Amino acid sequence: MSSDMYREQILDLYQNPLNHGELDPHDFSYEEDNPLCGDVIRIDVRLDDHGRVSDVGWSGDGCAISQAAASLLTEEIKGMTVEELKAFDKETLLELLGVPLSMARVKCALLSLKVLKAGAYGIPDPAEMRRVHNEQ
Amino acid sequence: MLLDVDRVRADFPILQTKTGSGKPLVYLDSAASSQKPTAVIEAMNYYYRAQNANVHRGIHYLSETATNVYEEARQKIATFINAPSSAETIFVRNATEAFNLVAMSWGRVNLQPGDEVLITAMEHHANIVPWQLITEMTGATLRHVPFTAVGELDYDALDQLLTEKTKLFAFTASSNVFGTHNPVAKLVQKAHAVGAITMIDAAQAVPHTAVDVQAWNCDFMAFSGHKMCGPTGVGILYGKRHLLEAMPPYMGGGDMIRRVTLEKSTWNELPYKFEAGTPAIAEGIGLGTAVDYLTELGMENIHAHEQTITAYALEALRDIPGLTILGPPNAAQRGGLAAFTLEGTHPHDIAQLLDEDGIAVRAGHHCAMPLHKIMGINATARASFYVHTTTAEIDKLVESLHRVRRLFRLG
Repeated sequence: MSSDMYREQILDLYQNPLNHGELDPHDFSYEEDNPLCGDVIRIDVRLDDHGRVSDVGWSGDGCAISQAAASLLTEEIKGMTVEELKAFDKETLLELLGVPLSMARVKCALLSLKVLKAGAYGIPDPAEMRRVHNEQ
Repeated sequence: MLLDVDRVRADFPILQTKTGSGKPLVYLDSAASSQKPTAVIEAMNYYYRAQNANVHRGIHYLSETATNVYEEARQKIATFINAPSSAETIFVRNATEAFNLVAMSWGRVNLQPGDEVLITAMEHHANIVPWQLITEMTGATLRHVPFTAVGELDYDALDQLLTEKTKLFAFTASSNVFGTHNPVAKLVQKAHAVGAITMIDAAQAVPHTAVDVQAWNCDFMAFSGHKMCGPTGVGILYGKRHLLEAMPPYMGGGDMIRRVTLEKSTWNELPYKFEAGTPAIAEGIGLGTAVDYLTELGMENIHAHEQTITAYALEALRDIPGLTILGPPNAAQRGGLAAFTLEGTHPHDIAQLLDEDGIAVRAGHHCAMPLHKIMGINATARASFYVHTTTAEIDKLVESLHRVRRLFRLG
């Protein structure tokens, strides 16, 4: 009955997401889909006077893994500077998730981070974003 | 007569696989790619062990042997779809390449501004994108026939859309998501009545039911080898001789020419005109053996078996709360697959959890993004059935879907 990948925490976050919703106004926002599965995530970020993340909201549609990761990521980045967002390591997010993921599902897990970084870099188009993401 | 499924299963060595979770494999993803019987695997091995050489070139023993077995395979495939001749049976890489070939070769010289190409909204990307490319290149217009809520073509709309402007109508014989069997012969007749030619996507039809291109009277037809017990890397374009003869080559190179000077070339006869370069020889032979295998089982028996399994699956799946199956409600109207959604879960999570039980299904848009968008969903999970599928496997699928519901606290 139990599942390694679908632990309580993942399912809790899927059914009761954190920081869910759109933020308007925001300092930056980005939306991107995973064309292989059709999952889509948008992240809106507000910064305080010191340039740190004061508020963040995510919205979109996707699997439990991508949605749980979006909750964990948006919770983790509060108080970070834009430079810190740009440097956010994908291993950190995978550790936050803390479940074994197959190659295909790592993409689901990292979609929200991809979107966040694109927003942080102010990158206009998805192709450019993929290049930056691959170099990380 | 139904298949002796136990005997059939013994023909597929991969069905003995224990999956990563230690559970025996339940392979419900044949619509994406079918498994291969021993006969096909052995025929390809034997080719490399005993017959390997380039075809249509050498005069030595092996080259003649390779050419003979390769051309015998072509003839078997032509007979299998009742093509008038093997010259109209062109080896390509897959159904996708067949669509690209016709779009680029026929379309380039036959389409101009004001002309229309008609497709349907339930097509696989392989029968959408090549037509987008060629209508863009030629200035022709691409239109599509919508479908109804149960995944059948909207025939009133079709009658409006099919006009003397329509030069080609390309549609699937059997939808890879809805499972819908479209009435091919009737649709071909409608197209011909306005002077349009037709191209049929038979990738989900040829593996499962007896297909007769002369009874359909279609002008072009595409299918892939790997969905019908054959290898990847080989597929077939069937085309009527007079159309193929009037078309320019798709790719240039060796084997497709009659004479080459440094300035100009003349083309080889059919089917070679469309087969530039060394082909996938072992794969062609493997596909010929797959045709032998399916013929031996009997296409009528295969169809009857899949109808039984599909009816059983549709009924069992419908009993699961929150589960919605796309496509026509009755098994008799559809092919051997069921694409579905389960409320409160995402198809990827369903597929992942089924995998933990050894069950292989596909999750995603199944290369039919427009269909999913129109249905208002991003993705579905799809279970697809073939000659080796048993009702016990359907029971396992249903049991595992109940586990998904429990894990997601849905009941």
